[in-house]
Amino acid sequence: MASILRFRKLCYVEPVKFQFFQPQNFDKKEETVATGAKTSLENNEKRNKRQPKERSCVNSCCCVIGYMCTTWWLLLVLYHCLPAAFPGFQVPESPGTRLKREGLTALHPVVLVPGIVTGGLELWEGKPCAEGLFRKRLWGGSFTEVLKRPLCLLEHLALHNETGLDPPGIRLRAVSGLVAADYFAPGYFVWAVLIENLAKIGYEGKNMHMAAYDWRLSFQNTEIRDQTLSRLKSQIELMYVTNGYKKVVVVPHSMGVIYFLHFLKWVETPPPMGGGGGPGWCAKHIKSIMNIGPVFLGVPKAVSNLFSAEAKDMASIRAMDPGVSGFRDSQTSSLGACHAEGYACDLSKKRYLQASAGDKDTNGSDVKMDFHVKESNKYGRIISFGKETLQLPSSQLPSVDTKEFLGTRTNRNTNSSCGGEVWTEYDEMCRETIRKIAENKPYTARTALDLLRFVAPKMMQRVDSHLSYGIADNLDDPKYARYKHWSNPLETKLPDAPDIEIYCSYGVGIPTERSYVYKLSPNDRCRSIPFRIDSSVDGDEDSCLSGGVHLTDGDETVPVISAGFMCAKGWRGRTRFNPSGIATFIREYRHKPPASLLEGRGLQSGAHVDIMGNFALIEDVLRVAAGATGAEIGGDRVHSDIFRMSDRINLRL
Amino acid sequence: MPASFPQYVTEAITGPMPDPPGVKLRKEGLKAKHPVVFVPGIVTGGLELWEGHQCADGLFRKRLWGGAFGEVYRRPLCWVEHMSLDNETGLDPPGIRVRPVCGLVAADYFAPGYFVWAVLIANLARIGYEEKTMYMASYDWRLSFQNTEVRDQTLSRIKSNIELMVATNGGNKAVIIPHSMGALYFLHFMKWVEAPAPMGGGGGPDWCAKHIKAVMNIGGPFLGVPKAVSGLFSAEAKDIAVARAIAPGVLDKDLFGFQTMQHIMRMSRTWDSTMSMIPKGGATIWGDLDWSPEEEYVPSKRKQKNADTQKASQDGLESNISQIKRTNYGRIISFGKDVAEALSSDIERIDFRDAVKGQSVANTSCRDVWTEYHDMGFGGIKAVAEYKVYTAGSILDLLHFVAPKMMERGSAHFSYGIADDLDNPKYQHYKYWSNPLETKLPNAPEMEIFSLYGVGIPTERSYVYKLSPSAECAIPFQIDSSADEQYEDSCLKGGVYTVDGDETVPVLSSGFMCAKGWRGKTRFNPSGSQMFIREYDHSPPTNLLEGRGTQSGAHVDIMGNFALIEDIMRVAAGATGEELGGDQVYSDIFKWSEKIHLQL
Repeated sequence: MASILRFRKLCYVEPVKFQFFQPQNFDKKEETVATGAKTSLENNEKRNKRQPKERSCVNSCCCVIGYMCTTWWLLLVLYHCLPAAFPGFQVPESPGTRLKREGLTALHPVVLVPGIVTGGLELWEGKPCAEGLFRKRLWGGSFTEVLKRPLCLLEHLALHNETGLDPPGIRLRAVSGLVAADYFAPGYFVWAVLIENLAKIGYEGKNMHMAAYDWRLSFQNTEIRDQTLSRLKSQIELMYVTNGYKKVVVVPHSMGVIYFLHFLKWVETPPPMGGGGGPGWCAKHIKSIMNIGPVFLGVPKAVSNLFSAEAKDMASIRAMDPGVSGFRDSQTSSLGACHAEGYACDLSKKRYLQASAGDKDTNGSDVKMDFHVKESNKYGRIISFGKETLQLPSSQLPSVDTKEFLGTRTNRNTNSSCGGEVWTEYDEMCRETIRKIAENKPYTARTALDLLRFVAPKMMQRVDSHLSYGIADNLDDPKYARYKHWSNPLETKLPDAPDIEIYCSYGVGIPTERSYVYKLSPNDRCRSIPFRIDSSVDGDEDSCLSGGVHLTDGDETVPVISAGFMCAKGWRGRTRFNPSGIATFIREYRHKPPASLLEGRGLQSGAHVDIMGNFALIEDVLRVAAGATGAEIGGDRVHSDIFRMSDRINLRL
Repeated sequence: MPASFPQYVTEAITGPMPDPPGVKLRKEGLKAKHPVVFVPGIVTGGLELWEGHQCADGLFRKRLWGGAFGEVYRRPLCWVEHMSLDNETGLDPPGIRVRPVCGLVAADYFAPGYFVWAVLIANLARIGYEEKTMYMASYDWRLSFQNTEVRDQTLSRIKSNIELMVATNGGNKAVIIPHSMGALYFLHFMKWVEAPAPMGGGGGPDWCAKHIKAVMNIGGPFLGVPKAVSGLFSAEAKDIAVARAIAPGVLDKDLFGFQTMQHIMRMSRTWDSTMSMIPKGGATIWGDLDWSPEEEYVPSKRKQKNADTQKASQDGLESNISQIKRTNYGRIISFGKDVAEALSSDIERIDFRDAVKGQSVANTSCRDVWTEYHDMGFGGIKAVAEYKVYTAGSILDLLHFVAPKMMERGSAHFSYGIADDLDNPKYQHYKYWSNPLETKLPNAPEMEIFSLYGVGIPTERSYVYKLSPSAECAIPFQIDSSADEQYEDSCLKGGVYTVDGDETVPVLSSGFMCAKGWRGKTRFNPSGSQMFIREYDHSPPTNLLEGRGTQSGAHVDIMGNFALIEDIMRVAAGATGEELGGDQVYSDIFKWSEKIHLQL
């Protein structure tokens, strides 16, 4: 039965993957479909010519119906027979079953913290266009409603542009419970495999908790609007007590990592701003934090996402559910949604974190950590206009003067023609400023921040009040007590809890976006976003530049440096970011694509989301949850150059 | 499916629908104020599989109970095996873990299209409620109440969640809405939470006063339901029948071959919670051989009352009828119709308690559907039948006789008596906590207790039994469905005497405590918490398109009753019982309560 299920998933997921890797082929596909249809039409015509017309009409009708029924039936039969017919293919035993035989049982309660995008959102109050969707998922699930009324969905997903909270008359809330993020779409697992394996060694609802939150909001706003942080605190305390005073193992994924970092600071801060748990709270309640695919220092992808709604995350969603945002002006409108949402902000935060660290290296030398190096790539230049700029030595580049054109953006030109519907902040900018931006050529992490402030001032204004992207010089400075610094690991101290263990578990071995080559979009129409990734730019074979994107080692979304740096260097030993000397461990999992179609998304995958089905990772989580320490599961496990790269970063510790 | 008609179709045929209460009250300006806790009843809560045997492969975290019941069709025996509990401990059998679904989804719909809480939730959401202010206290309804804490720490969870909600909603106390058995469960909770730590929750003596604004029991079977007896005795309860009606075919006779009833009996007898609903209070409440509080009840009476013009003559007629026909409701089980109607002095009874059960009947051939009846020989069965009449008091002895193991488990968790002295230290044991006649309400004078229930539907009250003809593996007793009264207005139909109620719970059980037992300062309610009775007269949906009706009074359908929903929402938004309009009574509950002589 399990194999049937797996096969079903596979059928579902495989086309997705295919598109996932080649999002740019999207249009071509339609063409091929169209030509295919044409040829079949021609065939039909030929057949028609051979036979008298009246008969053929009925005949072909019956034929088609007959064929369809037969094929459908055949497929059904095959579908049921297939797994049995593959004697050679055996599903390896799941870690849960194996460890159960070893005698492991549930010991520490487990808290799962989902990342961005993967958590479901459901409607509690909406506009008339969303009638009948009460308590139905607008995000996650099968997206059927989205297909029916896409604009309505975007309107409901968007947050208020100024407050970053609900727009009036709309309440969209996070789904709660394990269902919130076990499957993102039917068949596309996120936490389900881990949950299933945990259940095999005795976990169930009472000692496993999904800390779902509304990922569109900034972290502190989740507490203000939904009291999510208070809930999490109370749940952890409850599980700690009801499970015989066993500390909690926390498993955050992706953005959940920085959310939980925020929580750690929040919970020990006194009440008006924080949770008032007192200084010993973390030490008392938390055993270890197993970060999966952490984005401690942000992801460059977020920049490109905010900048032109083109990141592969979007593409992957599009691929997963073709049509979700796959119509004509969806790019523009999805950017509209992004801008209006805190979601984008959160991404941007990460990216800026990245920026903060990345800036340091680039300024020092143009050589950065190159993975499979041929030419030295200027990864530090996160956005460049044109390939030439990218490869010039830094001295020949025009200086960055974003501030200069901050003044010129006053005159708007396209506003009237675009209507209010797909308004993005780009519409407020005139063409000349856009060109100026392009002339300015490369943007490093720091100047990228300025760039974003320039193109989307309102969004960044909101962001600035909630998040921060710098590096702290003096962590004892009282300004770092503000919540906007809590989720930036470079501006906060870890709690005083020497017994906690922090793991950075992530996949390596997949090329990951690190910097972009942009160009201006050709058309001047108001519906288009003026910048896009220049996909014609390709490096030599073997180079890291393909389709306008510079690639580096990582898990497809997060570069190694962002995932591993804090565990490898920033927090290792007693540093100023980690004053109590919390033990850190790096667990890397080398990516191995699924050997055959039948394996679905792979049991040894290292990709950002697929890693949640990685058996080695699951085994580690299970062992720690059953009481093992970091040393017992083998300490560090490193495949990439993370330590070498970290050494090159000159960060005062 | 009537539910699936779009609204405009319905409106075109039946005329415009009234505004749902949520919309109406929102226009009035009501806002979410007090956090709301739902306590679902028996049967309606979903259960999902966490660990199972080979045959349940692939059902991990799928619903076994609730939802589409698809698995019941596909692998009925496997399903029965997983739904059963251990016969001796009343907990999980080895290798099987079935757990309650959590969150609002646990009981919003029982089966697709068959709402339980969904309508109430949707209406509350209109005035601003959402997940952070609503909490579904789902629990495994198969377990005895204390075992939910032992196995799942459910009571601790509820406590922690109520505390959290009160704290995050600016100190506004919670409004609790238990339904059906949830009312007993919450009664247990209120005692548990204030009891000291090893056995209770250690919340201190004023926990309820601090955290609870009102308890709004919907159809709460405080004193038990006679149906539970027939369920345990011969697996013919309507609770199972309800499930059968909801998903036709789910528990059809041919599903398990010949032995459906036995399978169901074996399964439901492992569920300790069913024993929480055996009638409590014995003969004092439910009546004895010759007397019962409702004895003068005539089913058509309320209809006549409405016709004002004929009132005088009707009154005369009424008393006539009641003199002619006094139904002996007190005889909960009688063998044969003549026995049910005879004068008590005419009945010859032979005590069954010491009877030899005799040799087991058919042990070898019936192994896989083993119920405790197979331990009994013909002697035992005969002895049971010869005792003829069982009242609420002797029912317990009967059950002890026919199912000793089950009752042994049950009596460790539940008690059915009336306390003489509530200060007796023995009443601190948890088995008394869910019996309102053996506990005091918590010390919370500001807390209000509502009893909301439907009336106007005939409800099972007592039964006429017979021995079943075939002995092979069958359950030896069954309801004598041929027992019918001659004339139309009778309370006896198909072997069942009915009385006013909501189809499952008789008025007496759901209303007595609020009407008399707790009203004012009594020994059961020492702090004088205020009581309110809100009855909802049943009027069936006028046509198919209305679905289950917006004015229904049936046990589960009442959850969609607009008047009830409005009452709940007003209380949740801050109103008191007085502001709702105090008592709202259609039945004779006060008259019947008067007749019960209970020391207060």
